[in-house]
Amino acid sequence: MDGLKPRIADAMHRQSQPTVTVLSTLLAVQDELGFIPREAVEEVAAFTGSTINDVWAVASFYPNFRFEPPCLHQVEVCWGASCHLVGAMPVIEAALQASGLETEGDTPDGRLTLRYNTCLGACSQAPVMAIDHHLIGRATPESAKSRIADLLAEQNG
Amino acid sequence: MASFEEIAAESQQRWEELTAGGQPWIRIGTALCGKAAGCDDVIEAIEAALQQNGVAAQVSQVGCLGLCFAEPLVDVQLPGGPRVFYGNVTPETAAEIVANHVAGGAPLAHLALGYLAAGESDGTVNSALDGIPDLNQHPMRVVENRVVLRNAGTIDPEDIHQYIANDGYHALNQALTEMSPEEVLEQVNTSGLRGRGGAAFSTGTKWRFLAGSNAPQKYILCNCEEGDPGAFNDKAILESDPQTLVEGIILAGYATGTSHAYIFIRHGHDGPIGRARAAIVQAQEMGFLGENILDSGFSFHLEVALTGDSYVAGEESAMMEAIEGKRAMPRFRPPFPAQVGLFGKPSNINNVKTLAYVPQIISRGGEWFAGIGHDQSTGTVILCLTGDLKYTGMIEVPLGINLKDVLYEAAGGVPDGKALKLVQTGGPLGGVLGAGNIDILLDFEILRSAGAILGSGGIIAANEDNCVVDLTRSLIAFCQYESCGKCFPCRMGMSHLLEVLERICRLEGVPEDLDLMRKVGQDMQAGSLCGHGQLGFNPVASALRYFGEEFETHILNRRCPTEVCSAPRFSPVSSRR
Repeated sequence: MDGLKPRIADAMHRQSQPTVTVLSTLLAVQDELGFIPREAVEEVAAFTGSTINDVWAVASFYPNFRFEPPCLHQVEVCWGASCHLVGAMPVIEAALQASGLETEGDTPDGRLTLRYNTCLGACSQAPVMAIDHHLIGRATPESAKSRIADLLAEQNG
Repeated sequence: MASFEEIAAESQQRWEELTAGGQPWIRIGTALCGKAAGCDDVIEAIEAALQQNGVAAQVSQVGCLGLCFAEPLVDVQLPGGPRVFYGNVTPETAAEIVANHVAGGAPLAHLALGYLAAGESDGTVNSALDGIPDLNQHPMRVVENRVVLRNAGTIDPEDIHQYIANDGYHALNQALTEMSPEEVLEQVNTSGLRGRGGAAFSTGTKWRFLAGSNAPQKYILCNCEEGDPGAFNDKAILESDPQTLVEGIILAGYATGTSHAYIFIRHGHDGPIGRARAAIVQAQEMGFLGENILDSGFSFHLEVALTGDSYVAGEESAMMEAIEGKRAMPRFRPPFPAQVGLFGKPSNINNVKTLAYVPQIISRGGEWFAGIGHDQSTGTVILCLTGDLKYTGMIEVPLGINLKDVLYEAAGGVPDGKALKLVQTGGPLGGVLGAGNIDILLDFEILRSAGAILGSGGIIAANEDNCVVDLTRSLIAFCQYESCGKCFPCRMGMSHLLEVLERICRLEGVPEDLDLMRKVGQDMQAGSLCGHGQLGFNPVASALRYFGEEFETHILNRRCPTEVCSAPRFSPVSSRR
C-alpha cells in the first residue's frame, strides 16, 4: 500500500487549523482515505511526535475510525430517541434486510457499509438516515429498502 | 483597516440593496432539517426555473427559521415587499413559485405558509396577500421571543455584512470602545444568564473564576459537541447565525482577559463546521478577530476543533482531552478547569447558546435580559420539539412558559387523534414526564424537582402507542454505547441496566429487577467521575416514578400494555470498543 503514503502525508500537512493533534491528524487521514491504514498509524505518530501506542489509543476510542478500506457507499441509520419513537426500528430492520446484513457492517461485495448512528442532527425530520453523508428525513421501511436496492444494483463506474 | 462605522455603513447599504433593490430575494432553509427534507433538489429546481423564466433573483441559502416541520422552506421577497414563506416545497412547486410569484409578482395563496411584513406594518392591507396568514400568528411563532434566534432563517449565515446590518458587532464595538472588561462581566452577571448546556451554572460567576486568573495563557472553549438525540439547537445556531456566536465568544474573551478560544464540534456535521469556519475567516477579514481588534489593543484568536464520535466528549473535562487530541475521557476534579484546564491552562467552557446570548445582553443591558424569564431562570430557552407532535422544530420562548402550552399550543399537540403519553426532556441523561405531569413551568429548578431536566432544550413527545419500558431501554442503550469506559460503575452499570431492561422488554423480568436497577443506579451516581455515570440512571428513575405500574405489568403479568414489547424487538446496540 505504498501508494497511500503520499496521500497520508498530504492529508496530515494540509491541516490548516493552528492546533494539530493526534486526533485532528487521524481525522484528516480518515477524511482523505476513508480509513486508517496500518502505515498511517506510524506516520501520524511520527508527525505528531507521539508513540504508536498513543495513536492506537485514540484511533480505537472513536468509532468513526475504520481500519479497512471503505465500501463504495456509506448508509447510516439513526436510532436516537427522537427517531426511535417515530419508527426508526422498522427502518433499520428494512435496511438490514435490503443489504443482506445481520447487523451493522460491510456487505461481502464491498458495495455498502451500513452503520447505526446515535444522532444525525435532523431530529425534527425523524426517522433520519443518510446515504454517503446526504441526509434523508422521514425515512420509511419502503424508502430505505428501495434506496439501498438502488445502491446495490447500480453499475460499477 | 476601515473603522467600525465605515464597515457598518457599507453593510447597511448592502442590506438595503438586498431587501429593496432591483431583484427579488429568494431564501431557502439549508440547515440539517432543510437538508434532510431535500432542500438541495429544491435549490436546483429554483435555479433552473429562474433561468427558464429569464428572471434574475438573489438566491441565498439561509439557516433554520424554526419551522422544521415545513422544510424545505422557501421565502420569497419582492423588492420592498413582504416575505412570503412556502412550506414543504418540492421541485415541482418550486418551479410554480418561481413562475408565478418571482417572475409574475403574484404570491400563491394556496401554497403559502404565511407572510412576514417588511419592517413595521403601516396598517395598510396588501391585497396581494389575500388568503395568506401572518406567519407571526402561527402557533409556533406567537409564543416566541427571539433573542439568540433573531436572525435565524433571515440572514445568509455566510455573509458577515448581513449580520452587521442587523446590529451585529455593535455590542463588540460598544464593549471595546466604551466598556472595561469588568463592566462587560458585570452586565452578564446582572443578566442572571445561566449555562444552557445542562448544568445551568451562573455564567457571570464562571467567567469571574477565569477573569481572576493572571495566567498569561487562558482559554475559552465553546461546546458544540451536542450529541444528544433530540437536540439540534447548537448546530442550528452555527448553521443559521454563526457570527452571533463568534461575537459572543470574543466578548467572553474580552471580559475574562483571554486571548484564545475554540469552537468544539463533532466531526461529520459538515454544515455547522463549514459555517463556523467561514464565519471565523470573515470575522478575521473584518478585523473583529486577530491582533488589536478595532484598534482597542485587545487581541483574540478563535479556531474550530473537531472531535470524533463521542457523547462524553461534550463533558467539559473530556472535551479538553479531545481538543488536546486524546481519548475523550473525563478528568478528576479538582483542579477545576478555571485553574487547570486545556493544555494545563485556566479555561472556561460554555455552551453555544450561552455565548450566543452575550451580544444582545451587552447591547440591551443585563437588566433587560433579567426581566425576561421566571424567578432564577432568566432569559429565554431554545427548545427542540420532536417526536409525536404536529409541529416539530425549534422555538425560542421565555423561561417560565408552561410545558403544556408548548406541547399543545405551540407544537399543535399530538397528531392523528392520539393522546400524549409522555415527554422526554433534557437529552438521554434527562428524564421522562407523564402526560399528567406536564402542567409545569419550564424553569431550571422546577423541572429538576420534577425529576426531569431542561438540559440543552430537547423535548421529545411520545404518543399512547409507545411503551415506556422500550423507550427507557433505548435511552439506556444510548448511555451504554456512549459510556467512555473510564469509571467502572458507569461502564459496567450501564451494561447491567441495559441487560435488565432488555430482559423486562422480553417479558422475562423478575420482581427483584426494579430494586436491582435502583441499586446499580446508586452505585453509578456515587462512583462516576462525570455526569454520564452520575446522571445516567435518570431515565430509569423518572420512568419508574411516573410509570412504575407499566414496568410491573411487564414483570408480573408478562404483558406489554402497548404490545410494543410483545413483538420480537430488534436492538441495534453494538459493542463500542
